[in-house]
Amino acid sequence: MSVKISVSINGKNYTSEVEPRQLLVYHLREALGLTGSHVGCDTSSCGACTVLVDGLAVKSCTTLAAQVDGCKVTTVEGLAKNGSLHPIQEGFKEEHGLQCGFCTPGMIMAAADLLQNNPNPSETEIRHALEGNFCRCTGYHNIVRSIQWAANKLKETNAAVL
Amino acid sequence: MTYIGQSVKRVEDKRFTTGKGKYTDDIKLVGMTHAHIVRSPYAHANILSIDIDAALAHPGVVAIFTGKDIAAAGINGVPAGWQVNFKDGTTMKEPPHPLLVADRVKHVGDGIAVIIAEDAATARDAADLIEIDYEVLPCVTNPAEAVKAGAPLVHNDAPNNICFDWELGNPKAEVDAAIAASHHVTRLDLVNQRMAPNAIEPRSAIGHYDDSKDKFTLYTTSQNPHLTRLLMCAFVLGIPEHKVQVIAPDVGGGFGSKIFHYIEEALVIWASKQIGRPIKWTSTRSEAFLTDAHGRDHVTTAEMGFDKEGNVTALRVSTFANLGAYISTFAPAVPTYLHGTLLQGLYTTPKIHVDVTAVFTHTNAVDAYRGAGRPEATYLLERLMDTAALEMGMDPAALRFKNFIPAFDGITQPGYQTQVALQYDSGNYEPVLERALEMVDYENFRKQQAEGRKNGKLLGIGFSTYIEACGIAPSAVVGALGARAGLYESAQVRVQPTGKVSVFTGSHSHGQGHETTFAQVVADRLGIAMEDIDIVHGDSDSVAFGMGTYGSRSLAVGGSAIVKSIDKVLEKGAKIAAHKLEAAEEDLEYAGGRWTVKGTDKSIGFGDVALTAYVPHDYPAGLEPGLDFSSFYDPTNFTYPFGCHIAIVEVDADTGKVTLKRFIAVDDVGNVINPMIVDGQIHGGLAQGIGQAMLEGVAYDSEGQLMTGSFMDYAMPRADDLPSFEIDRKVTPCPHNPLGVKGAGEAGCIGSTPAVVNAVMDALTPFGIIKNLEMPMTSQRVWRAMHQK
Amino acid sequence: MIPANFEYYRAGSVDEALSLLAQPDVYAKILSGGHSLIPALKLRLNQPGALIDIGRIPELRYIRQEGNSIAIGSTSTHKDIANSALLAQHIAMLPEAAGLIGDPQVRNVGTIGGSIAHADPAADWPGVLLAADAEIVLRSQAGSRTLAAQDFFLGFYTTALQEGEIVTEIRVPIPAAGTKSTYQKFMQPASRFAIVGCAAVVQVSDGTCSNVRVAFNGVADACFRDVNVENALIGKAATAENIAAAAAQAAQGVSILSDHYAEGDYRKHLAEVYAKRALTAVAG
Repeated sequence: MSVKISVSINGKNYTSEVEPRQLLVYHLREALGLTGSHVGCDTSSCGACTVLVDGLAVKSCTTLAAQVDGCKVTTVEGLAKNGSLHPIQEGFKEEHGLQCGFCTPGMIMAAADLLQNNPNPSETEIRHALEGNFCRCTGYHNIVRSIQWAANKLKETNAAVL
Repeated sequence: MTYIGQSVKRVEDKRFTTGKGKYTDDIKLVGMTHAHIVRSPYAHANILSIDIDAALAHPGVVAIFTGKDIAAAGINGVPAGWQVNFKDGTTMKEPPHPLLVADRVKHVGDGIAVIIAEDAATARDAADLIEIDYEVLPCVTNPAEAVKAGAPLVHNDAPNNICFDWELGNPKAEVDAAIAASHHVTRLDLVNQRMAPNAIEPRSAIGHYDDSKDKFTLYTTSQNPHLTRLLMCAFVLGIPEHKVQVIAPDVGGGFGSKIFHYIEEALVIWASKQIGRPIKWTSTRSEAFLTDAHGRDHVTTAEMGFDKEGNVTALRVSTFANLGAYISTFAPAVPTYLHGTLLQGLYTTPKIHVDVTAVFTHTNAVDAYRGAGRPEATYLLERLMDTAALEMGMDPAALRFKNFIPAFDGITQPGYQTQVALQYDSGNYEPVLERALEMVDYENFRKQQAEGRKNGKLLGIGFSTYIEACGIAPSAVVGALGARAGLYESAQVRVQPTGKVSVFTGSHSHGQGHETTFAQVVADRLGIAMEDIDIVHGDSDSVAFGMGTYGSRSLAVGGSAIVKSIDKVLEKGAKIAAHKLEAAEEDLEYAGGRWTVKGTDKSIGFGDVALTAYVPHDYPAGLEPGLDFSSFYDPTNFTYPFGCHIAIVEVDADTGKVTLKRFIAVDDVGNVINPMIVDGQIHGGLAQGIGQAMLEGVAYDSEGQLMTGSFMDYAMPRADDLPSFEIDRKVTPCPHNPLGVKGAGEAGCIGSTPAVVNAVMDALTPFGIIKNLEMPMTSQRVWRAMHQK
Repeated sequence: MIPANFEYYRAGSVDEALSLLAQPDVYAKILSGGHSLIPALKLRLNQPGALIDIGRIPELRYIRQEGNSIAIGSTSTHKDIANSALLAQHIAMLPEAAGLIGDPQVRNVGTIGGSIAHADPAADWPGVLLAADAEIVLRSQAGSRTLAAQDFFLGFYTTALQEGEIVTEIRVPIPAAGTKSTYQKFMQPASRFAIVGCAAVVQVSDGTCSNVRVAFNGVADACFRDVNVENALIGKAATAENIAAAAAQAAQGVSILSDHYAEGDYRKHLAEVYAKRALTAVAG
């Protein structure tokens, strides 16, 4: 039996039939072609699949597509506006917060959750806020700098995270 | 504009930060099916029967193949890419590694059947319907145990589970004598534990057979698509290479584990022709832990002799290297030519002998993991140095200064000939240690440490001064050492008629930022803008040939190949420019993208010359049209980056928990093209090296089951496990490649591990000299070491 | 990783959830935040026929004072609890523990009801609720019953929850003035579950300890109140010596878990260390 869901994804409404067992991440990747959210583990550990559901960072590998019926989902594809990078994306580029890019979408979405709640995070707060995300390339050093860069940019431009 | 030396922001980042990267699992082909591999749950067992009928009848299942089908199709196993002979000259034992096992499984995760279905969920569901009867057999997982009489055999034709034995250095008797005559001998029994590389992108492969062209396409998560094509076509499937295109699109990290040719790549290619549809296989993390080649896994005894003054007199090393159940692509080279040859370190040790026994066990294969052999060598050397300093009551920094090889530039002074075959290219070792001591404020730290001890606070400092060998070459030498491939690199520089440039490189970027760094080199050499350059990599149909990216070789070898092609472009361009300017070639100079007649204002731009080359109306007689050159660069030697890493830790006296407080790294990787990217490479390497010291380690139980088969059990550094790193660099250019670069990808991972362990040993000196610190230094192990429980 | 298939129902109310749960011949599981259940489904460790999603029932998500207790709706997320000023004011170990669970993404979604129904021996809530002297409210079509936490957690992944029942509320008594509480956790480095989690509540009046409650997670195959530690401190002066002596009683007479991160003797040692740290934080 399939379940009918209506979800707003990056501001666009989608109505789909999904298998109850369909995980949100596979729904995004396979049904909708939004392959920016990645699957890096089986145990809800790596965070590469992180998206925002109603503004909160969640692991889309540990969420059924059926659970987000009626919700607003934001993926990494939904951050850049009018062709310009979102300040967090810009921060990752400016401060070399990524190498292979595979963990990056999840990192960026986790950072978005953090900066919504805490616009002036300390280095320690940033590191704690990333405990649900693995990066194997950067040693996190520049990811911390990237999020600090984004926090400053958001402040300077008086912009909201979302 | 000069690009070299600038921290140019990466051209890759727009696609990666917006979720537009294209990784293998992101690719969807029309009519694509999905594969699930049924794997052995036992480390060692006879397969008595396999019943696939129910699974085959499951709706949506397209086909199922087992080991019998593979054998019947005459498919060979995946080959070893490196051959090491026994000490007595006989060739290593090289048992086959079949794509799917028909008779006897040899490790948990060994492939038994592949289920191909309309979607991944159906393939997975069908796996529950396959019934396999096993006769479980005894197994062995530890290499030192595996060589003992009576240990279960992994392969019947490898007695005592030995793949080969090997030695290097001065004659053993001389080294034994030197050790015996030493004033002091420091001995360590070390385990360099098995590591899981854990690139965050799991492996994935898509096989597609197009019968209209009789052509195969393989999309795969590979660090070296050409090598995968060569091994798969020539050795496994017997398909002509020109009928196979291998594409490694964006790849989410490799760290060595994506160098090797894996069974799943050959399986999806072969099976795609059988079923006439594309097949995708994507690893789960659980499968990755079971089947991505692991790293390290050495059991070692190391002894270092010293004279009264603290000069090193000799080094004797004996290692059991665990290969796992099968020989992975480069596995034989890792404990031998990448480990034994590095045992000179930075020191003038006059006598060195190393003995290595490579052993089969009922575990997943072990192969190159970031650093590959060099971390194992560095670990034992640097643990010996700090331990010896404590035992002899010397300062660990002073002991190193005393034993460093004196500076040599490799140009006016010759390279340094080691006792273990290599000749170092250039080196200047004191400044990196001096700078690191300055950064850490060494004297002040010792005061803080002493102060802290009065209050029961356990602070420690650990040193590591390392050398590594990158860009292994030349091909003739590595061939003599057993490599079954060359280790050169190719590059094509294609100048388009408008003066825009496409560069095709055999190196592959999976995080290293080649699209940026290589473009910086090309832009500077040609005097054009970076925006006018496109770097193409990862596609065997676009790029003529390539050896790929590993061993910190991309810039030193691949970059040099690009420079060679650029030189050819400029040489031909000068002929065209001379013709157009009606001047002699020798009267021209090239700068800022223009050829100018010296001493005049007559000049012609690169773009005009390019256009002339493709529209050769007014053109030098006898010169071919076009401006497009390929080159192969085979280096004359390895490159030898080096550096000093210092760790400061605090140990919780109650729990044994280690906290890394500071980490200082001063590395000398030769010339630097993009400092931002080089720093990033160092950071990443440090995290992995520190991870090995503090958190990571693959553990098997006595049944050969992985106890660390997921991220819930295998601890890997998270952001809050690490401090910000304090790094700096020195520059000693490589004398033998045109860019003067040495390589930065592995340095962080090679130097850092022993620094952290040494720091814990130093912190624990109130409890005595604790030599038996095992990695990863879990709180439990440190607590036991403290209390010798 | 793909779960085996199941049916999915979203309940709009507790009554609807209970009637879905009462369907005959269906092995149904309650889905709240899903952060214990979905990982198990993916690994196919659990293959229910149906999931009943209670995660969006408005009447189950609240944190409010009711008389002398704080009532926490069972689908309150760890984040809700971590951010609750009411809880921070009266019984700080709850927000403290909530902030130590998993990671931000898990805390955004995972719920207290889901966690306690799962009863992982290394989870954080069970011991905290024992030390809080909390009550668990369960509802079925037959009505509702309230159990002391002590009677709810029965063993290794085992609770008193019966077929057809749903955890609807956790009631935490507001401690007397002068009572402090804390939760201190030594994490397994990979999973970040508790190797040892120690929840401690102590009232100190005129320098004397009373109402001492100490409970552990991670140490044994289920959470437990450590009465030996409690008794050693009750009525004693709140001094470092007395705390150390009480902590030395930790985990006596329990069968201690052992794995490659923490074998039994080490885990027991950690229990003492964490008892001491927790008691020092609230009574030192």
